[in-house]
Amino acid sequence: MTAFLRRQAVPLLVLPALAAAPFLGFGDSFALTLLARAMILGMAAVSLSLLVGGAGLVSLGHAAMMGIGAYTVAALDAAGVTEGLVVLPTAVLAAALFALATGAVSLRTSGVHFIMITLAFGQMAFFTASSISTLGGDDGYTLFGRTELFGTRLLENRLGFHFLCLGLLALVWILCSALLESRFGRVLRAARENPQRVRAIGFSPYPYRLVAYVLAGAVAGLAGALLANATEFVSPAALSWSRSGELLFMVILGGMSHLYGAILGALAIVLLEEWLSHLLEYWRLAFGPLLVLSVLFLRDGLAGLPAAVLSRLPVGRATRRGGPERSGADA
Amino acid sequence: MSLSLVLVQLLNGAQFGVLLFLVAAGLTLVFGVMDFINLAHGVQYMLGAYVAASLGVWAGDFWLGLLMALPVTLLIGLALEWLVFRHLYQRDHLAQVLATFGVILTLDEAARAIWGSAPLNVPQPGGLPGGIEIMPGLIYPVYRLVIIGAGLLVALLLWFLVERTRAGMLIRAGASNAPMVSALGVDIRRLFTAVFAFGAMLAGFAGALASPVFAVAPGMGDNVLILAFVVIVIGGIGSIRGAFIAALLVGLLDTAGRALLPDLLRLVMDASSARQTGAAIASMLVYIVMAAILFFRPVGLFPGPRA
Repeated sequence: MTAFLRRQAVPLLVLPALAAAPFLGFGDSFALTLLARAMILGMAAVSLSLLVGGAGLVSLGHAAMMGIGAYTVAALDAAGVTEGLVVLPTAVLAAALFALATGAVSLRTSGVHFIMITLAFGQMAFFTASSISTLGGDDGYTLFGRTELFGTRLLENRLGFHFLCLGLLALVWILCSALLESRFGRVLRAARENPQRVRAIGFSPYPYRLVAYVLAGAVAGLAGALLANATEFVSPAALSWSRSGELLFMVILGGMSHLYGAILGALAIVLLEEWLSHLLEYWRLAFGPLLVLSVLFLRDGLAGLPAAVLSRLPVGRATRRGGPERSGADA
Repeated sequence: MSLSLVLVQLLNGAQFGVLLFLVAAGLTLVFGVMDFINLAHGVQYMLGAYVAASLGVWAGDFWLGLLMALPVTLLIGLALEWLVFRHLYQRDHLAQVLATFGVILTLDEAARAIWGSAPLNVPQPGGLPGGIEIMPGLIYPVYRLVIIGAGLLVALLLWFLVERTRAGMLIRAGASNAPMVSALGVDIRRLFTAVFAFGAMLAGFAGALASPVFAVAPGMGDNVLILAFVVIVIGGIGSIRGAFIAALLVGLLDTAGRALLPDLLRLVMDASSARQTGAAIASMLVYIVMAAILFFRPVGLFPGPRA
């Protein structure tokens, strides 16, 4: 149990902090909108981290799944369907189907070619979205209202929406973590390290990767549907390659050794952007170098930060030095 | 759709293609030889355009500005390599992607701080007749022909450099087995730095050439960067010849698609939806072709030394 607590200390601190945030002076509608955005992007980033960190599949088209989820909400809204029990599953299903179709083709390639082919499918979705004139084309589509739940306007309540996003974020993190720990996840991780050996012991990586790709796409679709609700607006920018890049940067910055790194990365990027842009006119002049420095000095991303700090503290060194002594005593 | 329209589109496509080639050449060398993904390569294109434009205004002559932009972008490339990139060669691709993205953000914002967000006014290149009649009744701007000519000249020069000189031989050897070249007594680090700076200068040259034709604005390199990646993946990573052919292919497809597809679709659907669908499919065309090539021939058309 203590080992579990130590291993998952970061999410066990971050998730309650997010739950407490509305009651610690971050309860105004501006802060709640910002936090909702960060949590929704965090959800999509966790699903991308399942692919990048877990399966070793670097996708540069993940925003397309998110955008398809968002556009499903918009299309159903235009058709007059706003019941969440219909809208959300449809959004998830649409994104999963797109992931299935494109993943089946993309997963035949690997490495840089996989990055580029997912980018290609993402761009195709982007240009398709910008040509749908009934949903505003390039200009985007403003929703008539947020999705309803059981016919009531529950999601209009910002605090309620905050906790819905937080709950789903926690659920996604737990499910994805459990998936990576399962036998299925073991095959995925083994195929990341050495596909040849995995094949030699009788597993074909392809179906495992495809299932992971579809699941990640479904989660991104859910995140997209929530994002459309958070902003009550959908535009092709939600599918652009720069959004895909942003998700990827969240995953890398957060660190890929743990899935919760993606949550840290999303929170760090969204909040830091907001804070710096209030502080400075040309805030990217500070944000850009920070990214570079984080790559140069934080080898394991933000998720590796506690360990990196601990190892430099005298306490950390003492326990490390104590290690061999203890094992000696055991012997 | 007349013959003259097709000819103009072909020339516009070739012009866009050679600009893409100039950017992609440096990208494919750096990627193929050093196995380094440099997202900040597009920034060099933007800086080339800005530096050429400002120095051109300062010197009162566009051509002087273009000429002076070359050493300036070369030095910026060297400085970036020394400050950031050389610490990333031993890291994985994802670390390189994030760090070079940080460089993009910084330099795009710096351009915005120095030159403002609005597109820059670039002096028109002097000393050239405005247009030339390439077909009876069809006048084409001479400067655009100059771009095509300059691009072809650089392509020829690069081919000679890589295939026929000692430095080119070392680059090719370094691409297929860097530790072995290093063991034979060649300073591979210095070779890498030189390749890097040279690639940066080529991208800067492309930006400078493009400055009177395209809008000079912050972030102008980002879309060129994505297309340049498409080019090097289609052409085969590390291959100059592949980059050249793929760049022309992408340039022609993109330009011709945008101009001709809406007209073609009008034959089968009404005018407004033809315009919309045509524009969407034209923008997708490059990516559809890339996905198809990757699916059937994952190493690209002309695989480089690593493949």
